[in-house]
Amino acid sequence: MTPPETAAASRTAPQSNTDLLGLYTDMRRVRTFEERVGELFVRGQSAGSMLHLSIGEESAAVGVCSAMRDGDTFTTHHRGHGIFLARGADPNRMMAEIAGKQDGYCHGKGGSMHIADMGLGHLGANAIVGGGIPAVVGAGLVAKRRGTGAVSIAFFGDGAMQQGILYESMNMAALWDLPVMFVCINNQYGMGTRVDQATRATKFEERAIAFGLAGRAVDGLDVLEVREAAAELVDGARTGKPAFLSVDCYRFFGHARKDKSPYRTEAEETAGRKRDPVAHARAALLDAGTDEALLDRIDGDAATEMDATIDFAVASAEPPLSSMFLDVYGPDEPMPEPLATRIDRVLARE
Amino acid sequence: MVEMTYRDALRQALIDAMTENDDIFVIGEEVGRYGGAYGVTKGLIDQFGPERLLDTPISEPAIVGTAVGAAMAGMRPVAELMYVDFIGMTMDQLCNQAAKIRYMFGGQIGVPMVLRTQGGTGRSAGAQHSQSLEAYVMHTPGLRLAMPGTVADAYHLLRMALTQPDPVVFIEHKALYAMKEDVDLTAHVPDWGKAAVRRRGTDVVIVTYSRQVHYAMQAAEALAGQGIEATVIDLRTLNPLDFDTIRAEVEHVGRAMVVSEGPLTAGVAAELAARISEECFDFLHDPVIRIAGEDIPISVSVALEAGSVPSAEIVEQTARKLVA
Ligand SMILES: Cc1ncc(C[n+]2csc(CCOP(=O)(O)OP(=O)(O)O)c2C)c(N)n1
Ligand SMILES: [Mg+2]
Repeated sequence: MTPPETAAASRTAPQSNTDLLGLYTDMRRVRTFEERVGELFVRGQSAGSMLHLSIGEESAAVGVCSAMRDGDTFTTHHRGHGIFLARGADPNRMMAEIAGKQDGYCHGKGGSMHIADMGLGHLGANAIVGGGIPAVVGAGLVAKRRGTGAVSIAFFGDGAMQQGILYESMNMAALWDLPVMFVCINNQYGMGTRVDQATRATKFEERAIAFGLAGRAVDGLDVLEVREAAAELVDGARTGKPAFLSVDCYRFFGHARKDKSPYRTEAEETAGRKRDPVAHARAALLDAGTDEALLDRIDGDAATEMDATIDFAVASAEPPLSSMFLDVYGPDEPMPEPLATRIDRVLARE
Repeated sequence: MVEMTYRDALRQALIDAMTENDDIFVIGEEVGRYGGAYGVTKGLIDQFGPERLLDTPISEPAIVGTAVGAAMAGMRPVAELMYVDFIGMTMDQLCNQAAKIRYMFGGQIGVPMVLRTQGGTGRSAGAQHSQSLEAYVMHTPGLRLAMPGTVADAYHLLRMALTQPDPVVFIEHKALYAMKEDVDLTAHVPDWGKAAVRRRGTDVVIVTYSRQVHYAMQAAEALAGQGIEATVIDLRTLNPLDFDTIRAEVEHVGRAMVVSEGPLTAGVAAELAARISEECFDFLHDPVIRIAGEDIPISVSVALEAGSVPSAEIVEQTARKLVA
């Protein structure tokens, strides 16, 4: 099956998937996409060696994104594939970008950690812990000034909770009553450092409340709970009450693809992986009488869709070498002179 | 012609630009009610209101980061950094975010913001408030860099910076704010990215920018009395760098000196000297001389401060030795 041209357009808009079945579908797509990213890496086809999978964190991405609207903007951290996908990204173009190919969202220049799409309001993933946070203050400032009704959301990990820029940003958002939200995906680890090895103040929402934001923490096991909290906070942010949400979850695998997590016990990992929001939603759907065959079909569709992303990425061309000098500056600006051209010019002495 | 200070010219540029373009706003510490630490934005809050003269907490990284986000969202922020010495605190937002967003995202969007700040010696402000850190900026692809040395350029370069598609770091010189010149702001100045040849001679080319332009001009006048004629190039912007003008003048004269207030090692003068040596090799009679700040911190002592950066006398003496 050839994948649809734009996956997002061919299916229900994610923000309307407020029922559990829709949320499950989106979470399954994220899970399956991330599994395929892992495969791309194993096959040696990913351009970046730095691939951070969001498996185990699907409820944060899908739950919060289900509360967003067209026109809302967001930034993500380095573990942001799921968020972008949940906002309606085309998984083919995502996979191509992760592979560093021409058909990717950023024509191969960004990769997994710098993917962005202005069309979907994605102001960019970030490879600097906390780096993408203040941009939503700026976007929120503009939204407020222009009365667009848009909210801007920064997604980041628990590691960014210890970065000063977060507090500067929350302070400004609160001070200026901006339509801004901060979402911490607390997967318990920043690389090999467990949250309680990074701070004594592990109740992150309290920090936000101290700055005058609406702050909540939810268990990411249940996507409906995440969605409910996110919806309330996003709606509040839209009316000028900036918000903070911490979603508790567990990073199922290593920090990046090569990390085997030697700093965690097997028992801990086994217990952690039981906190599976995708399996939890599936069980809840079955309990509620959903036909298992329907769920199997959803899973199968996700597999088919995401299998195709690898083919798409592998088939996509490498960006031409000449594109290297493009987009350093604006489109009408002179391009930087390539090294080889300069050397030849200098040595071509009369 | 009207007599105007560098400070007033900067303020006038902001007023004119903000009047023409509603998307321009100023964001920074003390830019509104206080009127700017060096008085550049004085009174602007009365004219444009607190939303467009946005006073912030003392949070430099978030000031720059907010400007980045606002620029991406379609406005044109002028973020003010009270001293360039604080740029280190903002380096992530400036160099990892603003400078790279267009490139990393495959050309989808630019970050048309201006970071206005001031640097340099001259006020006994000490080691943490007197630096010339333009090399940090010039070393980062994606950032434009303007450093006005004249009152007319204070006005025009700021106006031009506010039309650029890319982030511009705009470094004023703290010792120039009170400088007065007779200017006609409607008179033509070179385009953005073009250097100005302030004076033409036949013996040595002095390539410089910002306050050092004045020292170079003073030196050139003194030299003229001794039979040495100097060309003085005011670069105006360091990125874009108008090397064509440098090349043309150096090839004509055959001797060059570069003057910069920043520390010597790996500084702006080093880059310029390297390029002149490389590209004008066949035309040079003598080595390209760098005159720059000593490789030491700046002192509060008036004598030590002045002694640690180039002066008109040093430029003059060096030119004399070079030409001899
Ligand atoms: C400013 C900065 N410091 C350090 C790093 C290296 N680094 C990359 S990811 C990471 C851990 C981040 O943890 P967290 O924010 O919890 O996100 P997670 O990886 O768990 O999703 C670190 C230390 C970085 N990229 N940026
Ligand atoms: Mg983490």
